[in-house]
This record gives sequence, C-alpha cells and structure tokens, in this order.
Amino acid sequence: MSDNILRVSGVTKRFGGLVAVDNITFDVPAGEVFALIGPNGAGKTTLFNCITGIYKPTLGTVTFRDKNLTGSPPHLTAKAGIARTFQNIRLFEYMTALDNVMVGEHVRMKAKIWDAVLKTPFARREEAMVTEKAMELLRFVGIERHAEKFARNLAYGQQRRLEIARALATEPKLLLLDEPAAGFTPQEKVELMGLVRKIIELGITVFLIEHDMKVVMQISQRIAVLDHGEKIAEGSPTEVRNNPRVIEAYLGKSA
Amino acid sequence: MSEGTTAVRDRTVGDALRQAQQAFAGDVGGALFSALGVVGLIILVVLAFQNPGQFFQILIYGLTDGALYALVALGYTMVYGIIELINFAHGDIFTLGSFVALPLLAAFGVDEGQAFGVQIVIALVITYLLVMIIIGMVNVTIERIAYRPLRNAPRLAPLITAIGMSFVVEGLMYIWRGPSTLHFPDLLPETGWIVNTVRIGVKDIYVLVLAIILVTALTLFINRSKLGKAMRATAQDRDAAQLMGIDINRTIAATFFIGAVLAGAGGMTWGLYFNNVNFALGFNAGLIAFTAAVLGGIGNIQGAALGGLLIGIIAAYSDAYWSPLWTPVVVFGILILILVFRPTGLLGMRVPEK
Amino acid sequence: MSVQARSWLDPKVWRKRIAKGARDRDTVIYAVLLIAAVALPEVAYFATGSTFLVSQWADAGVWVLLAIGLNVVVGFAGLLDLGYAAFFAIGAYTYALLASTQLGASPLHHSVHLPFWLLLFVGMFMAAAFGAILGFPTLRLRGDYLAIVTLGFGEIVPDVFRNLDQWTGGINAIGNIDQPTLPVWLNGPWADLPLEFVNPFKFGFDPVPYYVLILLLVVGSVILVHNLQKSRLGRAWMAIREDEVAAAAMGINTVSTKLLAFAIGASFSGFAGVFLGAKLSLVGPDNFLFIVSITVLVMVVLGGMGNIQGVIVGALVVYYINFNLLTNLPNNAVAAANALGLTWLVERHGDWSGIGDETQRLNFLLFGLILVLMMLLRPQGLLPSRVREQELKHSTDITLEVK
Repeated sequence: MSDNILRVSGVTKRFGGLVAVDNITFDVPAGEVFALIGPNGAGKTTLFNCITGIYKPTLGTVTFRDKNLTGSPPHLTAKAGIARTFQNIRLFEYMTALDNVMVGEHVRMKAKIWDAVLKTPFARREEAMVTEKAMELLRFVGIERHAEKFARNLAYGQQRRLEIARALATEPKLLLLDEPAAGFTPQEKVELMGLVRKIIELGITVFLIEHDMKVVMQISQRIAVLDHGEKIAEGSPTEVRNNPRVIEAYLGKSA
Repeated sequence: MSEGTTAVRDRTVGDALRQAQQAFAGDVGGALFSALGVVGLIILVVLAFQNPGQFFQILIYGLTDGALYALVALGYTMVYGIIELINFAHGDIFTLGSFVALPLLAAFGVDEGQAFGVQIVIALVITYLLVMIIIGMVNVTIERIAYRPLRNAPRLAPLITAIGMSFVVEGLMYIWRGPSTLHFPDLLPETGWIVNTVRIGVKDIYVLVLAIILVTALTLFINRSKLGKAMRATAQDRDAAQLMGIDINRTIAATFFIGAVLAGAGGMTWGLYFNNVNFALGFNAGLIAFTAAVLGGIGNIQGAALGGLLIGIIAAYSDAYWSPLWTPVVVFGILILILVFRPTGLLGMRVPEK
Repeated sequence: MSVQARSWLDPKVWRKRIAKGARDRDTVIYAVLLIAAVALPEVAYFATGSTFLVSQWADAGVWVLLAIGLNVVVGFAGLLDLGYAAFFAIGAYTYALLASTQLGASPLHHSVHLPFWLLLFVGMFMAAAFGAILGFPTLRLRGDYLAIVTLGFGEIVPDVFRNLDQWTGGINAIGNIDQPTLPVWLNGPWADLPLEFVNPFKFGFDPVPYYVLILLLVVGSVILVHNLQKSRLGRAWMAIREDEVAAAAMGINTVSTKLLAFAIGASFSGFAGVFLGAKLSLVGPDNFLFIVSITVLVMVVLGGMGNIQGVIVGALVVYYINFNLLTNLPNNAVAAANALGLTWLVERHGDWSGIGDETQRLNFLLFGLILVLMMLLRPQGLLPSRVREQELKHSTDITLEVK
C-alpha cells in the first residue's frame, strides 16, 4: 500500500447548474492529521460527503487504501474503513450513549439473525464483548459516566465526544471529523487536540474540517485550503499560513 | 493490492440487493415502464378497431369518471404539495359532499320527475355553493384540530391521525345515514345524442364541463392571485415563505378549503351523475384519486387533472374489456408501478424518495 | 460441575433473579400476562361451565400475534404498513390450499394434505417471501408513500384471492380444512372431559387445544422478538428510525435492514394466518379486508409502538372493545334505555333506527376517534417504551433541530 491512505483526484460535484466543488485533487498521507480549511460555503462538507458516499461525485475519483471508492454508498465506505462525524451532530438522540456506540460496532459484528433470535452462546459472548468495547470507547473519549443517558440529554461537548466514540466503534482506518471543535471552550479545544493525538497513536489517520486556526495549525501535519469550491493551496501549516491566496480568501482583497 | 481500479465490490447479499434495486429503479425501470405503456396503447388501438362503437362509448364513461376523480385528486395533490401529508380523509369529505347535498336539495322541493328548468337550476347552483362552503369548512376544521398540532411531530403521527379522521368522517356518515346505498335524485336532463353507436348524454357533457370550469378556475387562482402565490411559495419552501411574511397557517387552511371545495362539488356531481351514494364511496374513490394524483405527478395541479382522466379511462377499459373484479388490482398495480419506476409521475416535480 | 451449571440449581441465585425481575416493570407485566393466560381457562370453565370464553381468547391470541408482528415493522423499524392483512391472508390461504380438498376441485385436480406443523413454517416463509418481494422496490420510498403502497397491496391480495375462484373458491371460501394432529394429548376437567391421555389426538371443536397452541406460539414469538430487539439488528432498526443518514454512515445497510423488518413482520402474520385457517376450518377473502389491517394498527398504536408488552395489552384491549364491548353494546344499550325508562330511544323514529342499531354503527367512529385522540393526546400509547416516552414528550419542543 502506498503512503497515501486517501487520494482525491479531480473530484467535482455539480447540483444542476451549481458547482459545489470543482476539480479537487490532493492526497492524505497515512497516520497523520490532515486538515481541510476554507471560508464558509467553500464546499468542505460537500467534499466529505463525496468521499463518504452521501453524494456521488459528478467527476473524479476517490481512492482509499488503493481501492476505488468513488460513488460507493455510505455503508460501504464505512465498511471499507472510513468513519465520520457530522457538522451538526447526528447522534441517535433517543438511544443511550452506550447504544449509540454499539450501533457503530454494527458493521464489525459477526452474529447472524439466527444467533440473535435464539440467543446462542456465540451471540451472547459477542454482545458482552461489544458492550465492553463500547464502554472502553466511552472511557477513551471521557464520557463513560454518561453511558446510560439518552444522547439527547448529554451536554454539547459530551455529544461531540460521543459522536467521535461512535465513529471509532466502526474500527476505521480514516476518521473524518467535521468541525469537531465548533462551539468549544478553549479548555475543551485543548482536550480535543489531546484526543486527536491519542487517535493518531492508535494508527488511525485523522482528516478534519475546522475553522479554528489555532487548533488547525497546532495539530495538523498537512493542510488543504478550499475557497468557492476550488483548492487554492496545500502544504504544511507554515506554507499555508503564509500563502497570499489563502490570506486573501479569508480576509478579502483589502488585506 | 493493485493500484486504484477495482471498486469496493458489494460482497454481501444485502449489498447486491441494493445495487439491483438501484438499477431496477433507474434506466431499466424507466424503460420497462414505458414499454408497458406502449403495449397497453397497442392493445387499446386493436380493440378500438375491432369495435369502435364500444370503444368510444367506454371512452366517454372513462372521461366522465376521470373528471370526477380529477376533482378529488386535486385536493390530494394540493395538500401533499404544501405540507407533505396524504390526507386520507379527503376521499371521505368527497362523499360527505354528496351526503350534505341530499337534504339541501330536498329542502328546495325539487323532485326527480320534474322537468329540467329554472327551478332545478337555481336549486342546483345554490346547493353547489352551500355544499362547497360547508365541505370547505369541514376540511379546514379537520386540519385545525387533527393535523396542525402534529405539524412538527415525527412522520408517523400525522399519517395515523389522517387515517383516524378518515374513519371518523366515515363513521359519522354511517351513523347519520346507515350502511345502505342512498338514492340521489336524478335531476339532470336525460337527453343525449347518438353519434354512430355512441351515446353522449347531457349528463356526460355536464360533468366534463363542470370539471373543466373548476380546474381552470383553480389554475387561474393559483397562478394569478396573491393567495395562490402564497400557496405555491409555501409548497416550495415553507421557511422562506414565512420569512417573506406569508401567514403559513392561513395559507395551509386556505389550501385545505380549496381542495375541499373541489371535492365537495365532485361529490355532489357524482351523486347527480350516478344517482346513488354510499358512506364507503370515499374510501375507494379516494384511493383511486390518490393514484391519479401520483400518476400525474404529486404536487402538480395539471398532473392531478391529467392523472384523473387517465385513471378514469384505464379503469373504464379495465371494467369493460377485462372485469370489474380485476380493476382495483389494475389501479393499485399502476400505483405501485409508478412509485417504483417513476415516482415523479408524468408531470411531477416532487420525488417521493427520502 | 461448572459454576454456570450450578447456578441454575442454586436457590439463592433464583431469589436474586426474582427480586431483580420484580423491580423491572417489563418483567412484571410479562409475568402477570402469563399467569393470567395460564389460569384463565380453568377459571372461565369453572365459572361459566363452558369453553366459549376459551375460544374467544384463542381468537384474541391471534390478534396478539398480529400485533407483535406489526410492532416489528411499525414500532421497531418505523415503517408504516397499512396492508398487514395481506400477509395474514397469504398465510391462511397457503394453509387452506395445502391442507384441504380445495386443490382437488381446482384445475390441478389433486388434493394436497400437508401436516399443520409443517405448514406453519411454510406459511411463515411464504408471507416473509411476499414481504420481501413487496419491500424490495418500495422500501426506499418515504414513509407516506410506503404506507400507500402497502395499502394498495393490502387491497390487491384479497381481491386476487377472491377473483381466482377456480383455485380458491372465491367468495365461497375454502372450507373443511384439515385440523392439526398430535401424537398425544392430555384431556381434563378444564375441558369438560375426563382426565386421560388421548393418542393420537386430532384437534376438533374443542377450543382448549387451540388455546394452548396459540399461547405457546405467542410466548415463543415474544421471546424471539425480545431477543431480536436487544440484538445488533434491533439496534440497527432503532438507528434507522432515528436518523437514516447517520445509520448508513455507521455501516448499516438500510435497504436490507428495512427489508428484514418487513419480512420478519410479515412472517408473524403468515404464522397467525395458518393458525386461523386451522382453527376456523374456513378461509375466505372477507376475513382479510382493510379493517383488519387498521385494527391491528390501532392495537399497536394504542398499546405503545415499539413496546412488546404494550402492544400485547393494546391488542387485548382493542379486542375486548371491538369483539365484546361493541358487539354487546346494542343489547346493553337497549336494556339500559329500557331500564331507565327511556324507551322512546329504543324505537325507530324516521332516520333514528333505535338505540340498538345506532350503537352497532359505532365501530368506525370509535376506531377513528381512538387513533386521532391517541396521536393528539398520548402518542406514546398506553404502555410506552422508555424511548418512545422521551421521543414524544420532546416532539413539541422548539429546540434546535439536531437532525
């Protein structure tokens, strides 16, 4: 396998006459933190959706671990090893935190319906394992005390962390985080960065969309910048920070 | 592992099913559906040549039935267009129209044996207006008490309520007039003309003309009036419409009112044409009308009218050339086929998929 | 002996389990229902001297089974099925055709008499298969359209059975259907018979064996469905119901998961249909009209969607109201009116055909009112699942829409 876990090549997405993203190409190296930044409306979430299969790209290819994933439906990209969180938090509100994470494990479980219905020893063992693993993940993100609470009743920060735990439950190789620090206090942002580092240590590549520049600069190894659907820069944090086009996109020509 | 050309193959049965389903509903599906349509047309043409008289006679029946279905279908399509709810009770307020017309006509003292004249015309016009207003108000009331409180509830809730309201309306009619079929006075003139072997009656023309007038009035209203614009805006984007200062509650109530006006008129016309009505009429007629709305394209007014006519014609031919016992199967079969192969219908914009 | 085996026999463990169960509302309800179900026939017989009530309860059991099945589709997976009776019909006709002389009278000219116990599974499988066939092209439609499609299917199926009268006897129904047989059975005073073993035993007019059978079927179904709910599939259904996009993003194949709900739900209906065919010994198209589908839906909604005990209770309540209260209401109303001296209510006056007839016509209205009032006032049903209670309590909140 090459060193790039994800290769986005010429991805374009059109909605009727509107071009949301246009000819995006970049590579995400394995084992690092890659960030996607850009002003609002630049097409970042659209790109995420193209990668995970919620949208089918109009043009271009998405290659994950050397397999062509373009246009695969979401449940298959998840199976292949890409997990994600959502910009607006899409938890299963009326399920407990524990259950939310256990749903994440769905794709890796082996019990068939017959096992479940008849409660065979195999099914029972697997349920116990799955429950234990879910608790471990809750501990990993720091919310194990709230395991039995409905996701709806968790505090905002806990909900964001739960979404990450649920995504991790799918045993991904690539984790897509869509604005994971939105609405966080500075303290929470520090904790989030610690969490991201822990995830990297597990061998999972992290690809995030984020608006907070401090966070982005501190934890990413590589950054791509989108503006009005086009990629305008790519490189290390320092390179991107000093790129005049990037500065212009964020601050407008007057800067 | 080779360099990027092999897609992630669907390995499980579930995944294969999903792929098949998508192919099914896509181009293959569309082609199949068109093929079916062509086959149907060919059969009809052959039958037409075999016995043109019968063929055109049935066409007349189909058109008149279709016109009535169209009047009901319009109400369904308008309500669905604006709040994405299938108003199950709509077929029943259609029936209620005919039930309400009965005592009103009786109050005028008009009688079956009477010759058609000014007295009958006056009675009819006034009864129509009263029926339309009453049924309109009934529908608005239903919306107010049963659907509005649930506007933000999970999808299942308003659907179940709608079914419940359908039963309530049917139940009230059942209690009011009982289970048997009621006789509706035959007030329209019996005269007709015979062209070749085909009989076209005044009644047939009446139904068609009335339907055309109502549909035209509706289209003009929707396109020209301020309220009509508000209705279209709300149907397209409720939040934006609200931001523009449109009173959503009033607009939705108006939609229910207008839909019911058409249905009520349709019900009374049904009674005048067929001379019998029954509390359960709305259930079947409603389903057929809904199929018509979907066939034409849900949310689309012209679609509902067109769908109504088409379904009426198809049902009439099915009754005559095959068997009335199989017609419901044909109609519902069409419903299922449309939703599977061409959910937007013939003219529609809305896609009934998530 | 391993620790596990020993715990089965340890009274201390049992005491703990019972104490734990008693605190859990679910278990208590199940226990009460079970005890009542087992004790009732004896009580009924000794109280009334006949087995008529037992026969009624066996019928109620069929509806309970239907409600449990529809609950899987509507309550667990959130798919509105308005044509559930179609699968009921498929199960019943499968049994009727394969266990009677009907096929002998059909163009096939060859009667088939397969045993009941085999046909239970065949009927279940046929219904599940049709559920899958119907679901395959239609489950991707949004909820209201799916509802209409299922409604259409529910209309088509009895019509087809009625029209293919060469094969199904049409409107005259299939009669004289075989009864199940068992190698051995125990008769006793609860059935007005001497205490003795009978072998082989053929089910006949005595409703007690049917009652026992349906009770076993219901208990078995409850256990299976309960296990399903707490399994990977059950969670997947809940996830889809909550947020289909997120569920797919977590790797759930929404198509096959929904199809499973549909097929599994349908199989219960088929199961119940086979039982009905055997018990009534008569299967006709009018047993499976829309009102049946709606009645089951009312049972599920009233009892508490998504909650197994809820729908059982809902089924029993609706059954009682429909087949007991309402059928006796005309006579009771007449009696009450007479007793109160309001005899003028009893007679016909123009359109008012007497309080007897009028109350008989209440069915439709009552069902409609139950559905509407339930949705407006207590959508979580009588015995809501914990989830549902939260869900619908918050539905009118003007909080930020997280979806």
